[in-house]
Amino acid sequence: MIHGISIYEILTLTTIIFFIGLYGFLTRKNLITMLLSIELILNASAINFVVINKYLFPENLQGVFFSLFIIAIAAAEAALAIAIIINLYKLITSVEVKDTETMKY
Amino acid sequence: MERIIFYILALIMIVFAIKAVSSRKMLRSVIYLLFVLVGIAGIYFMVDYTFLAAIQLAVYAGGVIVLIIFSVLLVHHIELKLDDASLKSRIVAIALSLLGASVTLFAIWTYNFNPIENYNRIEVADIGRGLLSYGDGGFILPFEVISVLLLAVMIGAIVIAKGKKLEQ
Repeated sequence: MIHGISIYEILTLTTIIFFIGLYGFLTRKNLITMLLSIELILNASAINFVVINKYLFPENLQGVFFSLFIIAIAAAEAALAIAIIINLYKLITSVEVKDTETMKY
Repeated sequence: MERIIFYILALIMIVFAIKAVSSRKMLRSVIYLLFVLVGIAGIYFMVDYTFLAAIQLAVYAGGVIVLIIFSVLLVHHIELKLDDASLKSRIVAIALSLLGASVTLFAIWTYNFNPIENYNRIEVADIGRGLLSYGDGGFILPFEVISVLLLAVMIGAIVIAKGKKLEQ
């Protein structure tokens, strides 16, 4: 644990980052910048797993494993999302949310 | 000392996170996100999980950010500025975020955590044994499933990004 820092302060920090990501997800109108906001949200939750593991259950490693899986799945998600975005750009030459109707239904 | 470093890191992360979701230049907001991710690796270093910090730097700062920059360069003109959201939707988003944050912070600050004072560091070998163990608390099944998932994602990304052949 960090000397002199309680678990409340770290959880406050991650909560703030999570909701900044949520704000970005709600206001952005571009697919790539929405992906950036999702990365913020995922990272904030990964820190929570690690910090709760370290402060409350230091004998176990479950939080570390979950963070590893979150990082792996986030990387996979980013790769797939970017593949879809590039394909969409080839089809409609735009990555704005309002223009994406091609892949519906 | 650790206190000061943590507060500096927290300040950097919050400022750059806000810049990342509000900057009107797309490439800049990706770089601001990079600062946030490096700050998160700093938090992992401070709680002595160095392996996780290394993974964070390698996968996020090295892999995902490069992938996103590459796709920004492919699909977006750098000089173009992004459209701003309308004032109304921005106010609604701020209100929703503040509401969610206050509920979550209230729940966190009123819950009574019982932290255990410890400064033990874990070895990479422990993580490897945990990931590959069959016993209690072993993670062999999700580990294998995630390897299949990564293979499927790799093939899927290639197939999707390749798209249909253009008609002559």
